[in-house]
Amino acid sequence: MNFSKYEVGDFFDEMFAEDGSVRPHYQAICERLKDLPDDEMLQKQQAVDRAFLRQGVTFTVYDDDQGTERIFPFDLFPRIIPGEEWEFLEKGLIQRMQALNLFLKDIYSEQRILEEGIIPRPYIESAAHFRPEFMNVPVPKDIYIHICGTDLIRDREGNYLVLEDNARSPSGVSYLLENRDAMKKVFPHFFPQSGTRSVERYTEDLLTNLRYIAPDGVDDPTAVLLTPGVYNSAYFEHSLLARRMGIEIVEGNDLVVENGYVYMRTTDGLERVHVIYRRIDDDFLDPEVFRPDSMLGVPGLIDAYRKGNVSLANTIGTGVADDKLIYKYVPDMIRFYLSEEPLLGQVETFVADDDKERSYILDNLPNLVVKSTNEAGGYGMLIGPHASKSEIDNFHEMISANPRNFIAQPPISLSRHPTITGEGIQGRHVDLRPYILCGKKISVLPGGLTRVALRKGSLVVNSSQGGGSKDTWVLYGES
Amino acid sequence: MLSRVAESLYWIGRYIERADNIARLLDVNLNILTDFKDLNDSRLVEHWEPIIRSTGDWDLFKSLGYKPNSRAATDFLTFDRENPNSIISCLISARQNARIIRDQIPSEVFEAINDTYLDLRNSGSDEVWKAGPYQFYHEIQKFSQLFQGMVASTVVRGLGYYFMECGKFLERADKTSRILDIKYHILLPSVRDVGGVVDTAQWTAVLRSCSAFEAYHRNFVTNVDPTLVTEFLLFSAKFPRAVRYSLARLGDNLNRISHNQADRFSNEAERESGKLFSDMTYISVEEVFTQGLHEYLDYLQLRLNQVGGAIQETFFGLKNE
Repeated sequence: MNFSKYEVGDFFDEMFAEDGSVRPHYQAICERLKDLPDDEMLQKQQAVDRAFLRQGVTFTVYDDDQGTERIFPFDLFPRIIPGEEWEFLEKGLIQRMQALNLFLKDIYSEQRILEEGIIPRPYIESAAHFRPEFMNVPVPKDIYIHICGTDLIRDREGNYLVLEDNARSPSGVSYLLENRDAMKKVFPHFFPQSGTRSVERYTEDLLTNLRYIAPDGVDDPTAVLLTPGVYNSAYFEHSLLARRMGIEIVEGNDLVVENGYVYMRTTDGLERVHVIYRRIDDDFLDPEVFRPDSMLGVPGLIDAYRKGNVSLANTIGTGVADDKLIYKYVPDMIRFYLSEEPLLGQVETFVADDDKERSYILDNLPNLVVKSTNEAGGYGMLIGPHASKSEIDNFHEMISANPRNFIAQPPISLSRHPTITGEGIQGRHVDLRPYILCGKKISVLPGGLTRVALRKGSLVVNSSQGGGSKDTWVLYGES
Repeated sequence: MLSRVAESLYWIGRYIERADNIARLLDVNLNILTDFKDLNDSRLVEHWEPIIRSTGDWDLFKSLGYKPNSRAATDFLTFDRENPNSIISCLISARQNARIIRDQIPSEVFEAINDTYLDLRNSGSDEVWKAGPYQFYHEIQKFSQLFQGMVASTVVRGLGYYFMECGKFLERADKTSRILDIKYHILLPSVRDVGGVVDTAQWTAVLRSCSAFEAYHRNFVTNVDPTLVTEFLLFSAKFPRAVRYSLARLGDNLNRISHNQADRFSNEAERESGKLFSDMTYISVEEVFTQGLHEYLDYLQLRLNQVGGAIQETFFGLKNE
């Protein structure tokens, strides 16, 4: 494998320093890769792709009627994070997680942060995922977000920035687990001798946390994973997590609520359920309370939840914390609740709802990235520098009509990472989604899912839009 | 175990057994065609119509515009997704159920099902036909054997296993009875032909379709005799594809599911399956022929459907409770 033609470009490159030298933590793998013929790498890549297809490590594409399942493209070139760098990220993520949980507790009870004028009250009340009807409903152990996926990017100088928090039902962790398994099979001798931190504990920690939040007085709680069903794009993940934890994977129809308690229908009759790891959005949980047309949920579930007879992970209403407008205030939350300075930076954010900032946004659309505040998956987004005149006009109109629904940020050029392409090794943009679990303590899965925009020049890493992934190694040491 | 999960496992057992039986049926019946004298279109109709009738999908076959010949029968029973009982449809259903409950079965079992599905999805009728279907149907049968072997050697003996076995044996009982019924539908040119070359070839094909040819001869050192073939395929307690043998295993597994130790039934599924088993224990093959083989087989399929219905209601039908 030949790096001589590799172009670092005008980006922060994860492997190469600006002068073209290999960063210390990539030196070992660089030596090993140099001896590997290109065609052998390609063969290995194809073997892994086939294995994923055979094992059913796939996601479902809704608008694709041929087969409907695809593998999430996996790039064999691993992303490497040195030990100290990771420890810093871990601290920053834990700090952020603490603040977000304190924020949710506050927002659904005293609302001190609004009283003190740190966040304008209308921003909260207009947030699509704020659930005022759950004010003062007690939440076990005051944990609102149990599973969080926080997306990190690196700017031109290599500083890590938080791009967004996914505090509702983040997905992708199964690919991380499968990627590591695949790498161990294909390149066992590539792993550094000094060691790579294991990702095995994730499902054990998750199960421990799920049991931890069981309703009071339950010694041996039964947890289940609630899925929308086999046609959901992330069904493979639901199934993998349930299998690794040894809990049942249930659909709405499998659960029934009687006298305020939740049961699952088994071949031996009804069996009590205490904790639900739900992979269904708030809106679909209970047709009696939210969308009456939901076929996915369980009638009466919310009643049981309010009575404290069943716990939900994540709990209801956490979406207000990952609203892209509220995001702007996370550093303030950290200062307000923890009296600490935020360790991790984030992207400067302009609020279209603010008159002054809106006029700035509207005047500078070609130079900004505009995001809809409540969309995920890379949808509802305008990348100004790459947009056509009509797309910009379109957003101009939408922002003016509904300013609360939009924010804008300066475009951050994501860092790049050497990636295997049809034209040899080339730089492709990457981000990083670490997974944070919150129970008795907060733990961060070492590394996270590195997503890579496989299309040349593309900045969009989402699986639904041409993204792939890489295995992410956190070293024990520095190289 | 979740009722829905139990149901998925039960149907995996049924669908894979079904695919296996169809593959064997086609394999054998394509094969014996070469033994026939003066093969022409009307002979082909006589040959294939009863076979398609035996699957219970004759009306669908006609409504899809097929004519009974070798190619049409092969396409309809193997590749046609419009036919819910074609091999491809069975594999799609088995694989979809396996995907739903993949946390319940060993990874290698899931991968075997998925592999076969992916291969089958990519193979077209034209190329199979050109290459000779023999190889293809053997692949399907080998997959089924691989599946059975892996299930036998890797699945924990628990509810999931018992439900898969229930599905398998109920399906097998049904399919064996249907294959036997084929002979009823085949009209011999005249009474003189009874016991003739064609007649014997057809009974032999029935035995082979149930993988029973060698077992039959080991059991009865005699010619292929209709009474004995019927006796063997319906009532044998030792031949694993016989209807009565399958019902015995079904009963065992139902008892394990309900932890039933007593000598009474504890649910409708056990009752229906046990009643049918004991009826079959005490009826003689002479009585069957007096009543008419076809009439008896019709009745038997009705009873098997009742057993299936009782299983559905007892274990899976909790939905509106």
